[in-house]
Amino acid sequence: MSPTGSMGAAKIAVRVSEVVEVNALIRRYRFVRRDGGAMPAFSGGAHTVVEMDDHGTRRMNPYSLMGDPADLSGYEISVRRDAAGRGGSLFLHRHVVPGIEMVISHPVNLFPLDLRARKHLLIAGGIGITPFLAQIAQLSATGGRFELHYSARSAPLGAYMDRLAARHGDRMHCYFDDQKQRIDLDTLLRGQPLGTHLYVCGPRGMITWVRTSAEAAGWPRETLHHEEFLAPPTGTPFEVVLHSSGKTITVGQQQSLLEAIEASGVAAPYLCRGGVCGQCETDVLACAGRILHNDHWLSDAQKASGSKIMPCVSRFEGRALVLDR
Amino acid sequence: MPKTIFATSIQSRPVYGELWPRPGTSHLMIADAEGAGAILNLMARGGDALLAMSHIIHVQGRSGTEYAVRLAALKPAQFQAAPTYGAALPRLKKVLADAHMGLQVYLAGTEGLMGQTQTEAVAAGIPAAAIQMEHCGSRARRVQCVHCKGITETVCTDPFRCAHCGLDLFVRDHYSRRIAAFQGVNIDAETPGVVPAALERFP
Repeated sequence: MSPTGSMGAAKIAVRVSEVVEVNALIRRYRFVRRDGGAMPAFSGGAHTVVEMDDHGTRRMNPYSLMGDPADLSGYEISVRRDAAGRGGSLFLHRHVVPGIEMVISHPVNLFPLDLRARKHLLIAGGIGITPFLAQIAQLSATGGRFELHYSARSAPLGAYMDRLAARHGDRMHCYFDDQKQRIDLDTLLRGQPLGTHLYVCGPRGMITWVRTSAEAAGWPRETLHHEEFLAPPTGTPFEVVLHSSGKTITVGQQQSLLEAIEASGVAAPYLCRGGVCGQCETDVLACAGRILHNDHWLSDAQKASGSKIMPCVSRFEGRALVLDR
Repeated sequence: MPKTIFATSIQSRPVYGELWPRPGTSHLMIADAEGAGAILNLMARGGDALLAMSHIIHVQGRSGTEYAVRLAALKPAQFQAAPTYGAALPRLKKVLADAHMGLQVYLAGTEGLMGQTQTEAVAAGIPAAAIQMEHCGSRARRVQCVHCKGITETVCTDPFRCAHCGLDLFVRDHYSRRIAAFQGVNIDAETPGVVPAALERFP
């Protein structure tokens, strides 16, 4: 366990070796180990959780590793500035410069390639391109068959399009919102050979559109993969009783339930901190009110039963919430 | 023909459901013998829209030609009557090789037919869980002798004599999806010659 009492993946002490302005919204950060060693191996689609001490507020945000999995001399992430977010991306953009020492987690992959696939159809929207950069490097090295469809708001905001076009121009299709271009999804879905798997990463609307279209076109659920990290939504402050620890805590407006639990000194399990991995699942012992389920993990039936909560992204409204923590 | 209900067993033993139309751009149905009944029910559920996109392959099995006549009369987009699974296999491989995502696969009939067809479909890239199967008709098993590795088709009794090496084999519920066969283990290895009477467990 780390000094902070955290229960996520093992930690790596790193130094920021490079910060590159990719475009008006996106910066790329490179991390190397402070002890000079090699980074742990990862596969395309993996992410790391970056820990930040934002003037006393502890932030831990997941970012996809975008580098070549064969290059373990460092990890690279790309961060889109989100002025409306809780502040993690703003902190990175404003305060993180080369030379700064930080702590990141070992890689975890919740969006891996299914290597049984005959072909990989990759669909990216905006900053959602980052996991695909690592996956494409992996597929290129192993002779995997892939095709990338990449949408961006405009050509200047199409991060890494030039790099991808130079290496994989014949396997890449770009679309620009400002030119009213849109993927012809129905034709694309109909033309794929048997054994194709589909991967989508981007805004929520795009993920929903691609998944529902593919299911309607008869694609098996097992062939559809997506990743969407959720930022913990803000909301009205609420009180929670942690039964096993014998504590009552208040979750602030800008704070997630998981962050409030950690701030009280109680160690709670987590991995992605974005509602995806399931690691922080917690039993609800009593609930007088309504749980605001914001995760992608619990089934609809579990959400309706009110017996579980994912503290990384979900909140509560009502009189009393008691958790087995 | 009602679908077969099997006793609950170890996790390795395949379980089967009921065929229902699913959204798709083309539909492939493969059945043997009484499995045709499940296809007739499926078509009644899916109607003309499903028939117009359907390719049906029927393997005669023990049922004779009566079912093939009834299936052909539905006038699906394509129909093939095959005397044996081996005779149907070249067409099955060609259909799968040319297929696109959106293909739905429906299997009905004996475990040997469904298991071997599932193996072909999985090799072509369809996830096993996405293939619908409904058991109808004979419960006869396809069994691999774990000693000589030979596969005996249409095993109805337990124990039975391996068609390849001649050992008397006990039929387990342990199933290999890779070779689409149950495992048969020598029943008198420790007491040579003491072989229980064969019972018809898989009529």
